[in-house]
Amino acid sequence: MIVELGHYALVLALMLAVLQTVIPFVGVKTGNARQIAMAPNIAFAVFAALAFAFTVLTWAYVSSDFSLLNVVENSHSQKPLLFKITGVWGNHEGSMLLWVLILALFGAMVALFGSNLPPSLRAMVISVQGLIAMAFTGFILFTSNPFARLSPAPLEGNDLNPILQDVGLAIHPPLLYLGYVGFSISFSFAIAALIEGRIDAAWARWVRPWTLAAWIFLTAGIAMGSYWAYYELGWGGWWFWDPVENASFMPWLAGTALLHSALVMEKREALKVWTILLAILAFSLSLLGTFLVRSGVLTSVHAFASDPTRGVVILAILVFFIGGALFLFALRSSSLGNGGMFHPISREGGLLLNNLVLTTATATVFVGTLYPLLVEAVTGEKISVGAPYFDATFVPLMIPLLLAVPFGPLLAWKRGDLFGAAQRLYVFAGIALLAGLATVYFATGAPVLAAVGIAIGFWLLFGAFAEVWQKSGLPKAGMTKAIYRLRGLPRSVWGTAFAHAGLGVITLGIVSVTAFQEEMVLRMAPGDTTELAGYAVTYEGAQSRRGPNYTEDVATFQVSQDSDPVATITPAKRLYTARGMPTTEAGIHTTGFSQIYIALGDPVEGTDQIVVRLWWKPQVTLIWFGPVLMVIGGLFSLSDRRLRIGAPVPSAKRRQTLAAAE
Amino acid sequence: MKRFLAALAILMFAMGAAHAVNPDEVLDDPALERRARDISAELRCLVCQNQSIDDSDAELARDLRVIVRERLVEGDTDEEVMDFVVARYGEFVLLKPRLSARNMLLWGTPLIGLALGLTAIFFLFRMRRGAAPASGLTAEEQEKLSRILSDTEDGSR
Repeated sequence: MIVELGHYALVLALMLAVLQTVIPFVGVKTGNARQIAMAPNIAFAVFAALAFAFTVLTWAYVSSDFSLLNVVENSHSQKPLLFKITGVWGNHEGSMLLWVLILALFGAMVALFGSNLPPSLRAMVISVQGLIAMAFTGFILFTSNPFARLSPAPLEGNDLNPILQDVGLAIHPPLLYLGYVGFSISFSFAIAALIEGRIDAAWARWVRPWTLAAWIFLTAGIAMGSYWAYYELGWGGWWFWDPVENASFMPWLAGTALLHSALVMEKREALKVWTILLAILAFSLSLLGTFLVRSGVLTSVHAFASDPTRGVVILAILVFFIGGALFLFALRSSSLGNGGMFHPISREGGLLLNNLVLTTATATVFVGTLYPLLVEAVTGEKISVGAPYFDATFVPLMIPLLLAVPFGPLLAWKRGDLFGAAQRLYVFAGIALLAGLATVYFATGAPVLAAVGIAIGFWLLFGAFAEVWQKSGLPKAGMTKAIYRLRGLPRSVWGTAFAHAGLGVITLGIVSVTAFQEEMVLRMAPGDTTELAGYAVTYEGAQSRRGPNYTEDVATFQVSQDSDPVATITPAKRLYTARGMPTTEAGIHTTGFSQIYIALGDPVEGTDQIVVRLWWKPQVTLIWFGPVLMVIGGLFSLSDRRLRIGAPVPSAKRRQTLAAAE
Repeated sequence: MKRFLAALAILMFAMGAAHAVNPDEVLDDPALERRARDISAELRCLVCQNQSIDDSDAELARDLRVIVRERLVEGDTDEEVMDFVVARYGEFVLLKPRLSARNMLLWGTPLIGLALGLTAIFFLFRMRRGAAPASGLTAEEQEKLSRILSDTEDGSR
């Protein structure tokens, strides 16, 4: 019964989404204030209906209601409670329901926090959100209904894919979706601006916190997924340039570009048209990601062709929204007009360089991801585009940008002083160079590229704080005065510093682990000891254990340094009984920023030996610590006064002081 | 759901953890082994989803790894090994497609992207400069200015 209520709520959500699309739109077009005023309440209602449907599905999972096909296919009565809940979005139907739920959540948040928006703009944004919600709710109901019943109901379910039964995966998809779908807000704002034919600095100020929030979630989500792949897939890689990863990386790149161009627009009213286009692109790429992952087109073109319903419907939605948005853009963008002027060497110019590189990088990832599909469709030949291609194209593209990042915040708006910025940065450049040289000295035989990479990393890390350092007045000003000044800095300055420093930290981690990682593959019998990066690793033996829904063989390794015990590492091989699927649980010991990573291979037949893979991963955790800094930076920026207060149009005088303070 | 499909593929084809090189495959000569690893990282495991043979535990990946090592031991250069594998399995096996007419767009994208962007920026600045008021004053403005200037001069006197 409760399941039918959930199903009903989903249908209700679809109907309400139709109202959410039509009523505010008609209201704005006819100037009917009552219809405009209805928009927020409908948005709340859609969210409530979807939240109810989602709760019901979750309940069906928690109570192991095997009369639901979706629960049978993805759950098991013996599964731990946490994974019963996360199993809700560990499959196609449930994850699409989560997708629209988050979409409706964002719509409701615009309704809730948008009281300082002009009512017509808010209504128009809510209307566009409603259109997206309508399309995807319809998609769920007609092609991927999670509430489909199964009769007769089986006694037991098939269990969730064991590789997904992990805490990392519990958090990863919701974070990722909050990011993906968060960009729908900037998209809706862009469409609303195009429909209304009006856009100004205030628009940018309203859009920016939403973009920033989406970006924060997406950053955290991607980093989380990367760490999950690192420890769960068991071969110690952290980024594979897999199409599914690229699908989340493209919106991130475009979103990062959008964050920076929106800044130019907010401060100087320049790059209006471009910012609108980026807002459209960021969400379009999110939609594309959803299509790529959900349609199965990536696994193989044949899988897509054999069950094309879902794929074709998502493709139709994709074409409608992207095509429609770009059409509207082509039609209306010229009416938006140009903004302030600036010299190429200026803060705006720096942000433009950021945009140039990030969009080119996005295009490269885009073409690389889709090229095999294109070639197969056109010529019928099959080609592969994998990590070596992206390493060869993406990395050289990014290097000039990384070198330029510390300059950006030091340049003034309108017309900057490159020489002056360089003068203020040379100390930091010196530190970075020294760090690079020190790396070469200490790690004998270090590749030259690694030294360059480390130098770039430190350059970013220290250069990121150059602006803060300069504003503090240190070392001339006294300590008390400096602290006073630092406290008075706008939080966005700190946000920029942390986010850019995070980029440096990631660079350090990547370069370090790529250049200095040590890897061993060997057979070990109980009692055998091997040497890894100055540690002695002894294999003590293995024993069998039983988990709630799996059995496992756990091996014990003692790690010691100079015969002092350091850690016990226990990698395991599991067999999930319901599906008969084996998985590897890597054993990891973290020391400082580095990790010892052990994964088990197969036992050697006829002996008590086992194949063991050991890695020394120097500074590997920096790869995920960097995104944490970026998220902190994003939060600082989000809490900046000018975003918290909302978006009053600043008086000319206040605007000047703001610009001067930046 | 990231990595989900890849993970699924590994499970389907490898039925075991993704494990690459096994101890019995490793060559005695470390330099040769290093080259074998580097080559392996650029070759696709044909039955996997976006995995190199260096990362994959599939039977076919293992065979290919052994072939690569055999060729290297026989004294082939890296290019010769690649050519040999491509001749056998087609270009599908390369994770980094070759520079050819068909792959022009693929390899050209970064350059085309930068070129297009730079052109657009160039025209943006040129257009702006054109749109900006010319630095010289019109005759009318010149006259107005000199009148104002003479006024102030008069006043200061």
